[in-house]
Amino acid sequence: MKTLFFLLEKEFKQLMRNKGVLRTLLIAPMIQLILLPLAADYSVKNIHIAVVDNDHSTFSQKLINKIASSGYFTLTGSTPSYKQALVMVEQDKADLALHIPAGFERNLVRENNQKLYVAINAISGTKASLGGTYLSSIVQDYNSDIRLQWENGAEDTTPKIGVASYYWYNPFMNYHLYMVPAILVTLVTALAAMQSAFNIVAEKESGTIEQINVTPIKKHIFIIGKLLPFLVLASVIFTIGLILSWVLYGIVPVGNLAVLYASLIVYLFAMLGLGLLISTYSNTQMQAMSLAFFFINIFNMLSGVFTSIDSMPVWAQTIVETFPPSHFIKIMRMVVLKGSGLGDITYHLGAMFVIGIVFNTWAIINYRKRA
Amino acid sequence: MKQLVVFIRKEFLQVFRDRKTLLMLFGLPIAQIVLFGFALSTEIKDSKIVIVDYAKDEVSTQIITEIGSSKYFDLQQNLQSTGQLQAAFKKGIIKMAVVFPANFSKDLLHTGKATIQVIADASDPNTATTITNYVTNIINTYNTKLSNAAGQPLQINSEVQMLYNPELKGAPNFVPGVMALVLMLVCTMMTSVAIVKEKELGTMEILLVSPFKPIYIIISKLVPNLIISIVNLFIILILSAVFLDLQVKGSLLLLVFASTLFIITSLSVGLLLSIGASTQQGAMTGSLMGMMLPTMLLTGFLFPIENMPWVLQALANLVPSRWFFIIVKRVMLEGLGFTAVWKEMLILLAMCVFLLTISLRNFKIRLQ
Repeated sequence: MKTLFFLLEKEFKQLMRNKGVLRTLLIAPMIQLILLPLAADYSVKNIHIAVVDNDHSTFSQKLINKIASSGYFTLTGSTPSYKQALVMVEQDKADLALHIPAGFERNLVRENNQKLYVAINAISGTKASLGGTYLSSIVQDYNSDIRLQWENGAEDTTPKIGVASYYWYNPFMNYHLYMVPAILVTLVTALAAMQSAFNIVAEKESGTIEQINVTPIKKHIFIIGKLLPFLVLASVIFTIGLILSWVLYGIVPVGNLAVLYASLIVYLFAMLGLGLLISTYSNTQMQAMSLAFFFINIFNMLSGVFTSIDSMPVWAQTIVETFPPSHFIKIMRMVVLKGSGLGDITYHLGAMFVIGIVFNTWAIINYRKRA
Repeated sequence: MKQLVVFIRKEFLQVFRDRKTLLMLFGLPIAQIVLFGFALSTEIKDSKIVIVDYAKDEVSTQIITEIGSSKYFDLQQNLQSTGQLQAAFKKGIIKMAVVFPANFSKDLLHTGKATIQVIADASDPNTATTITNYVTNIINTYNTKLSNAAGQPLQINSEVQMLYNPELKGAPNFVPGVMALVLMLVCTMMTSVAIVKEKELGTMEILLVSPFKPIYIIISKLVPNLIISIVNLFIILILSAVFLDLQVKGSLLLLVFASTLFIITSLSVGLLLSIGASTQQGAMTGSLMGMMLPTMLLTGFLFPIENMPWVLQALANLVPSRWFFIIVKRVMLEGLGFTAVWKEMLILLAMCVFLLTISLRNFKIRLQ
């Protein structure tokens, strides 16, 4: 026990001595937490639309006005031909093009039926699907508007089913509420898995690990001594992050803070295990960095921070199940936004714990071999 | 000149000797392109939803069938009452609940109006909006069916065409993004670490006192990374053509040329970072912690840049991968030519020249 204490003292001293790294470790997450939620805004507001009005009628004017005043779209131009509008889409000047064909009003009145043509640049899927749904709901609205006018306010006798929608947990549809908890996780991820690996490998590279290996310090004491400082550091960053998200974005966890921290500890147990595992497989810091980068980048992209895990194919979902961040991100969002309790997150907590056991056992077995 | 060739050879040998790093260099792009290309999708489908049907009549059953047959929804076991909803949402097993009130058909028949409640878990606002819209569309279609019997006047139909990516696959958006991300990070990291390593090991001193010119040291560090990155580029292009069915639509030569420009720019960023750092750990922390998330977000392949506040939009303009992403999208996916991307290439060129000048000027030829 006393040995562990001395080791910890040494580790903390080393950590504190390296001011440059410490500064980056503390400040980089803060800056990212301040800036990134501002960037990570999926709620598409300014969809650029190019309109081709070949009808020039009161009806077509009304439709265009309705689109322009909806708040979702910015009219970037009206071109005389559909082809020119498509060129605008091609040059990224417009995200979608709406074509109102000649005779729109006449056909609508005479034949009760008329088509509109919409072309959407679908390379960015979110924008395309959101833009499409916004536009179609505006057109539908417009359709019932003119219908009502046409019938001169006569009683609409056809049966109609209405939809009343409620948005729970986030009634103002604030996107920060969704992103900030997840970004907090990615900040802790990089620190836990990477810095711990670097730290151990640095001892290998400078040769000091041999000295420790020949001392009576037990392996597990050495490992705990290496990992504990990062557990503390990560918790500090997590705490600062929580405070910052309260100050900047007004996000106060609905759920129990103790549940959050308990999950954080389990998560760090798994991620530090990964760091340890990486360190046993690398001899130089370069290798450790390469391996850590490999995992962290994949974790960040696939763990549901940016895209929904549910829309992935089943095989990918199975792979993602083995990533600790995917569970912790779910826990964070559930506890912070919906106030889920321990009973609701047992599965994710258990999954992280099992993954942690696997990583740590594997690392310790592998570590013994080399020592 | 001969000296330079010898040194470049030495750098190559060092890179190739380190198998694990090499694995990362080539394995990372391959794994990411395949994983992201197949797995990532921004389309929201198969959302788990639950129905609370107090009505249990013909109309509600019909609508439930319509909802169930949509690819967007994955119906879960029906709940008996709305009281169970809170618990289900908290467990995170459902995204939305559709509630049919008890006197649903009666209302519809007698008053001509009935309302369905749609309760969405808006902790993910985007999914909530989208799936609510999906349900509304299904209901509207059903309404039209109802009213067709009555003969609805003035029917407008929109014919929607999805350009470039009709199936709304994730790959066309993510491949250029991942290309930009991976090339940028790998180049930056490898360069900064390679130079700082010499400093840390003390071998930089030996290099500096040798008759070998400092500029040659830099060139010999950059060339292997440049070549590896270009090989990587081709691997990515071949993989996306073979597995993801994303061929280069425009000129391959133009794309390779633009990519080379981008790679050199990223190498210069790494060079600049190496000047500031004195330990490998410092260089890595700077290039990873400092650059990974900003590059991910400000490249524009995850989040639309034009939605961001102006400060971030300005900041995004300084990220080289942002411009490269636009170039790749236009040349590779839309098949446009030089006239469509010359501005972006000019910006990259300017960045490249600027970064190289600064880092060459500041490259310390003395250690202390």
